[in-house]
Amino acid sequence: MNIIYTIFNILILLIAPFFVLGLIKKTKAFWGGRKGVSIFQPLFDTVKLFKKDRVVSSSTSWIFDFAPCVIFVTTLFAGLFAPILGGYSIINIEASFVVFSYILGLNKFFALISALDTASSFEGMGASREACFTTIVEPAFFMILASTIVLSGNLTFSSILNLINISGSFGILIVSIIAVSLFIMLLIECSRVPVDDPTTHLELTMIHEVMILDNSGVDLALITWASGIKMVILMSLIANLIIPANLSIGYTILVFLAVLVLLSMILATLESAVARLRMSHVFEFIFVMNSLALVAASLVAVRIYGV
Amino acid sequence: MDSCIIKNNKRINLLDIPTVEIEKLRAYLSATNLRPIAFFGSDWGSATKLFVALADDEKGEVILSSSLIDKEVKAYESITKDNYQYHMFEREFYEQFGIEPIGHPWLKPVRKNLDNYEFFSMEGEELHEVAVGPIHAGVIEPGHFRFSCQGEKVYNLEIMLGYQHRNCESLMIKRPSVQLAESICGDSVIAYGLCYCQVIEELSGTKITNKAKIIRRIGLEMERIAIHIGDLGAILGDIAYLMGKEVFAVVRTLVINTMLEISGSRFGRGLIVEGGVNFDINRELSKKIVNTLDNVKRAVENMTKAALKSSTVMSRLEKTGSLNKETAQEINIVGLIGRSCGIELDSRFDFLDEFYCDCKIKPFKATNDAYSRFRIRYKEIIDSISIIKKLLKKLEQFENEETKVELNPLIPNSFALSIVESWRGELVQAATTNDKAELSRYKIKDPSFNNWFGLALALRNNGISDFPLCNKGFDLSYCGFDL
Repeated sequence: MNIIYTIFNILILLIAPFFVLGLIKKTKAFWGGRKGVSIFQPLFDTVKLFKKDRVVSSSTSWIFDFAPCVIFVTTLFAGLFAPILGGYSIINIEASFVVFSYILGLNKFFALISALDTASSFEGMGASREACFTTIVEPAFFMILASTIVLSGNLTFSSILNLINISGSFGILIVSIIAVSLFIMLLIECSRVPVDDPTTHLELTMIHEVMILDNSGVDLALITWASGIKMVILMSLIANLIIPANLSIGYTILVFLAVLVLLSMILATLESAVARLRMSHVFEFIFVMNSLALVAASLVAVRIYGV
Repeated sequence: MDSCIIKNNKRINLLDIPTVEIEKLRAYLSATNLRPIAFFGSDWGSATKLFVALADDEKGEVILSSSLIDKEVKAYESITKDNYQYHMFEREFYEQFGIEPIGHPWLKPVRKNLDNYEFFSMEGEELHEVAVGPIHAGVIEPGHFRFSCQGEKVYNLEIMLGYQHRNCESLMIKRPSVQLAESICGDSVIAYGLCYCQVIEELSGTKITNKAKIIRRIGLEMERIAIHIGDLGAILGDIAYLMGKEVFAVVRTLVINTMLEISGSRFGRGLIVEGGVNFDINRELSKKIVNTLDNVKRAVENMTKAALKSSTVMSRLEKTGSLNKETAQEINIVGLIGRSCGIELDSRFDFLDEFYCDCKIKPFKATNDAYSRFRIRYKEIIDSISIIKKLLKKLEQFENEETKVELNPLIPNSFALSIVESWRGELVQAATTNDKAELSRYKIKDPSFNNWFGLALALRNNGISDFPLCNKGFDLSYCGFDL
């Protein structure tokens, strides 16, 4: 049984990113009244990039060469700790969420220094924005995880799966608050509108995209693949929160994929409906996530310890 | 001071333009509150002749004067010191003729000498410089932008242009043609073509038919509508409001396809020709145009309302990149951007035009920011649609007229100046002929020549990530500036 889950988890981690990105593009095209590119386009693009040569700026050092591999490997490694299909983590140890968070931290660290390594003023600006936003997201993420752990009484990452089963109707409230909060984190961490605009060509407004301006060929393919994987991991966290645990494996796969599709479409619809926030207002948006996390934590405290 | 008064699009004998001493001219220019619209030199035997044209917007007149500067004289006292409106003009004059305005506060190259350009720089631990361009991401023209920032906040922006300098003014003398004029600035094809033809027709004393005049103005308004709609979409695209971007792109296509039906080119190339227009608008086509414009109007109204109802859009547009009216007036901001800052200048109505004067439009309530620049475009689209409808109705009276007349030969020793309100604003072209009846000087002033500095000022104390939004709102021309 575990073998099946492991295989499916790895397949989802590696392949789903392309289709999630493709589906987002397709949905955005639909709202814009266009036909849009094929849903396979992100996959084709990545294959194309793998066939291309790298162009490396003469002002960079070994960090720049090294970083794309680190970014890809750390993202995939973090994926091994995260609960994906049916709440199953490939590496399931106690407190693995801390390992998960700081592996992603290492990932971000390398993304930042690789951007700084190019000595480009754009990339420095992007790195400073990214670092700033991540710093504010981190406490909220830990607050959310802490609430789920207190509620389930289980220190493993997979425990967030059982939340909806054990805590009854009161839990639904907490689960939905946490789900929204994680969705906001998804927008911030995966550089989506209204925080960042993944389709813009304007370097001065970019956050994530500007950090990888100098990367090309295989490097760029690895980085875009990695950011897709990160998106799927975060979507899986949300999916596991809301999918009941006692389904058979067939249903679990179906419902899980349906949730991924739904989340992609919600994300794309949101991106079509709102404009991007002004850079100074992004903080307010991130603090919405922090506030929601705080509300969730307080509700859990009330539930466990009484008023 | 000695000067002569002419109307827009009226020829004057070159010798009738009074010549005054440069000191007297300087004294007058630094004190007057009339706007300069042209300030350029011309080779004059062993000397350089400096022509100055000022606009009296209230009376709708142009005041002309000139000064003769000997070849040995290599300097004069700067006018910019006392009147910032001459800032770019004097830099350009210095670059073209090497006569230095002494005391000019910012005497940098306009279009040449790009290698050793000295940027304004600031020093400090917390400050950083961001250099953007001349090669940009995306398909846009080349230009270099140097930001001095503290974190996200911009203290100063310096814009260096000139990468597209093609020496258009000399080309116009060597081989004047409407095709060349149309190619100077590809997004104002009709305005440039119209302005050139008006100058040449005046210099040759050709009177064109009313029908041609009306069709030219319809073309000019169509161009305004098309570009404004495109800009509304681009502004919304820059702030990632996808719905608006897509809808306006679709609507713009309707307009330029109508242009295709009128002239065989979506951008109106070949519509205007010396002596008239190449294409007629018959009643059937006229009905079609009105029909399309009604659809366009409805679509633009709906989309603009929807966009401005969105709080995220408003939060990006409001109070972004403000340029207050006093500053704008001081540095002579013109056209669309001027009107978005509350300067009510519009050469279509200021310089009495027989076909525009009964198409009065409502004044605009300016708020000076990106929001104002968005709304003025919307307002001008709606205005232009009603103007076109009126012009089409008027066109029926002249149904039997010719579209084109034969161009007369140029008249020797003449000067003519034409002001056309392109969609960006006041486009000025002036030309002189020598005693052999050949063009001896051709001068072009795009509205961008005035307005680039306004963009630099508007961005001060704004976030650097708001630059693209401001830039799109101003939407100035690189090639119109570089010439």
